[in-house]
Amino acid sequence: MTTQDQGAGQVVLRLSHITKRFGPVTANEDVSFDLHRGEVIALLGENGAGKTTLMNILFGQYTADEGEVELFGAPLPPGNPRAALDRGVGMVHQHFTLADNLRVWENVVLGVDALSAPALNARAAKAKLRELSARFHLHVDPDAKVGRLTVGERQRVEILKALYRDARILILDEPTAVLTPQETDALFATLREAIGLGMSVVFISHKLHEVMAIADRVLVLRHGKLVAERAVGDTNREELAALMVGAEVSAPEPSEGAAGAALLSLRAVRLAGEGTTPGLKGIDLDLRAGQITGLAGVSGNGQAALSDLISGLRAPDEGVLEIAGEALRTWSPRAAVGHGIARIPEDRHKTGTIADFDLTENAILERYKSEFSRGGWMDWRGARAFAEGLIKGYDVRCHGPEQRIRLLSGGNMQKLILGRVLEGAPKVILANQPVRGLDIGAVNYVHSQLLEARARGAAVLLISEDLDEIMRLSDVIHVISEGRLSPAFARGTMRPEELGQWMAGKGYDDAA
Amino acid sequence: MDLFDIFVSASFWAAVLRIASPLIFATMGELICERAGVLNLGIEGIMVAGAFAGWIAVWAGLPLWGGVAVAMLTGMGLGLVHSVLSVPFGLSQHVVGVGMTLLATSLTFYTYRVVLPEVSSPPKIEAFQPLDIPGLSQIPFLGEALFSQTALTYAGFVVVALVAWVLYRTPLGLAVRAAGESPAAVAAQGLSVTGIRMGAVIVGSGLMAVGGAFLTLSAFDSFFFEMVNGRGWICIALVVFGAWKPGKALLGALLFAAFDAFQIRLQQTPMGQVVPYQVFLMMPYVLSILALVVMSRRAEVPKALMVPFNKGER
Repeated sequence: MTTQDQGAGQVVLRLSHITKRFGPVTANEDVSFDLHRGEVIALLGENGAGKTTLMNILFGQYTADEGEVELFGAPLPPGNPRAALDRGVGMVHQHFTLADNLRVWENVVLGVDALSAPALNARAAKAKLRELSARFHLHVDPDAKVGRLTVGERQRVEILKALYRDARILILDEPTAVLTPQETDALFATLREAIGLGMSVVFISHKLHEVMAIADRVLVLRHGKLVAERAVGDTNREELAALMVGAEVSAPEPSEGAAGAALLSLRAVRLAGEGTTPGLKGIDLDLRAGQITGLAGVSGNGQAALSDLISGLRAPDEGVLEIAGEALRTWSPRAAVGHGIARIPEDRHKTGTIADFDLTENAILERYKSEFSRGGWMDWRGARAFAEGLIKGYDVRCHGPEQRIRLLSGGNMQKLILGRVLEGAPKVILANQPVRGLDIGAVNYVHSQLLEARARGAAVLLISEDLDEIMRLSDVIHVISEGRLSPAFARGTMRPEELGQWMAGKGYDDAA
Repeated sequence: MDLFDIFVSASFWAAVLRIASPLIFATMGELICERAGVLNLGIEGIMVAGAFAGWIAVWAGLPLWGGVAVAMLTGMGLGLVHSVLSVPFGLSQHVVGVGMTLLATSLTFYTYRVVLPEVSSPPKIEAFQPLDIPGLSQIPFLGEALFSQTALTYAGFVVVALVAWVLYRTPLGLAVRAAGESPAAVAAQGLSVTGIRMGAVIVGSGLMAVGGAFLTLSAFDSFFFEMVNGRGWICIALVVFGAWKPGKALLGALLFAAFDAFQIRLQQTPMGQVVPYQVFLMMPYVLSILALVVMSRRAEVPKALMVPFNKGER
């Protein structure tokens, strides 16, 4: 993409001096920018930088305290959720807003006709949908139930929703977070098609290489303020990363770890699938001391089964689990903990923490029986001291151990969990999506802690959908697809495109 | 009279439709509420209130259809209270529902005593009479079995068709179904989840009350305290049985009514001389539970059922 001709592209969206405060917190401060016809701007910023607030103001969920929004030259009435939609702004949310029980076409036409209209015209809707699908290469069956679609297909439905409404401005919030590299390429191809027809795009992302690939201009938000604006041709990833966090970022440099003995091994392990998610189809895996093993793959391909297995929630249906070379007879969460396996759970809100418990209680969740009780009574003094130690040692920013964990930011919550896990000096660490949704500062912290654990001799299994993360940290990489595991690839032997092929399910020996 | 005779008697089938009618109205009402994401446990009380309101209105001089309208409005009023508590306030739907049932039931008995302080047995009204459909009611067997019902029974079937049409063929129905599955999807289109859910609860409660009114205005001609007798709870089960689909729920209502009509007749067979009658009374419930187990295995529960929606939260 080259920068659009600014003269020819008229201004379609103009934000002028937007300020929004929540009590003492200023979420957006004096933010102004223009979006031109056929232009892509990337909105870059850490979590909590104010990107979402800004979009919520545009969509009438919030009313700005100061400033105004102009769409196609006319002011947008504040606080009216329909106003932006009706005037041609479509948004693809990070968490899709689709109803699983409805068919694709039903989801698309939801809210298009007035609720008082006497009937839906299914045939016309489907015909229009098919035409749009063909024109923009967004292949999806209009009659399919959304609940049965893959994540990539759901995103296509979201984009079709906007196109169906003749949106002329498309806002995409973290659109590639859930896609394979191939799906991301397809998305970009679709976007370029639409841009060629005069669509304007606001692309919200963390991923710098994607921003560089698709955007014309980059706006960087930090602490609610617009701190920089760059044409893509005049900047690079390093500069953007620095602008985002306000300081030069030093990503942890992984050094080649010396691999030791296998601490945990899976031999031809099979596990039945649950519902629509596949189980494991005969997997061999070695987690070695002093090594980070990366598991790449699109979510829902057996990662859940594997992490349940390693954390002891499920036992293999077939095959053997070995600890330090010895086959195990019984397998349970208690046995897993007993063998020094610790885990950083995938969803820190749901399974990692208890929202309304305070930091002390959350810090001792996994050891309240063994370490912090005496004769059946809680040792709160010891627990509090332990929590204070974690807060200091792992740089958890909070008001103190009595604070409810719900009030912490995602990064600080994750630091507490990390501390909880690492304080036990575990032999095997299962890190499931350890940095999802964290800002760059917290990401680097978590990564450096994992590298430190590796240096200490722990075996780390890193499960992530972010290929960058996997490729940067892992000493060996496996790809998982539909419950099958690829061979191990040593660091630096694979290109992302090749891993993407494996992620898309190609190359496996199906006899396995 | 043996078992076979029961099934070939036209009066058995006529009874099935009669017994099913109140269940059909109330089940459709509950189905609408749940499709929008609100469990309405006020159903039992709303049916009691509807039975009373329709009857007392006719006793006071309104025509029968006027009584139906009064019952419906009473139900909608109670539905409004339920919906305010459960939707914008987001209170526990179990607590609100049970509270509404207790409130509506007690309020009904209170009103009854205020209006009729002295009577020992409730006055009778002139109830709906069977309406022979010209032509169809002349068909042998079928005519007597199906086409000599009261107008309110026919209306029940019309309501099922109407509910199915609205849910599956109109933008409004689409919004209702989406509100019970993914309120965020509804809100993202600039539609009001609160409005849709409140509307569904109000309309649904109106139908429940009509179901109650069927008992006083059509099945019987008077009002008794215990006449609803757990029918509301049966309707909750029928919605699950019907997998939240109007047609299947209608089938469930007919099936339950058939069990009920069957057990009444079974009591008069030689078997009834030996087996205690309580066993027969139990039968429709036992069979319903069994049917529920079989039928609801693969039902798709609305995902946002009983989940309050707060647009500020993510």
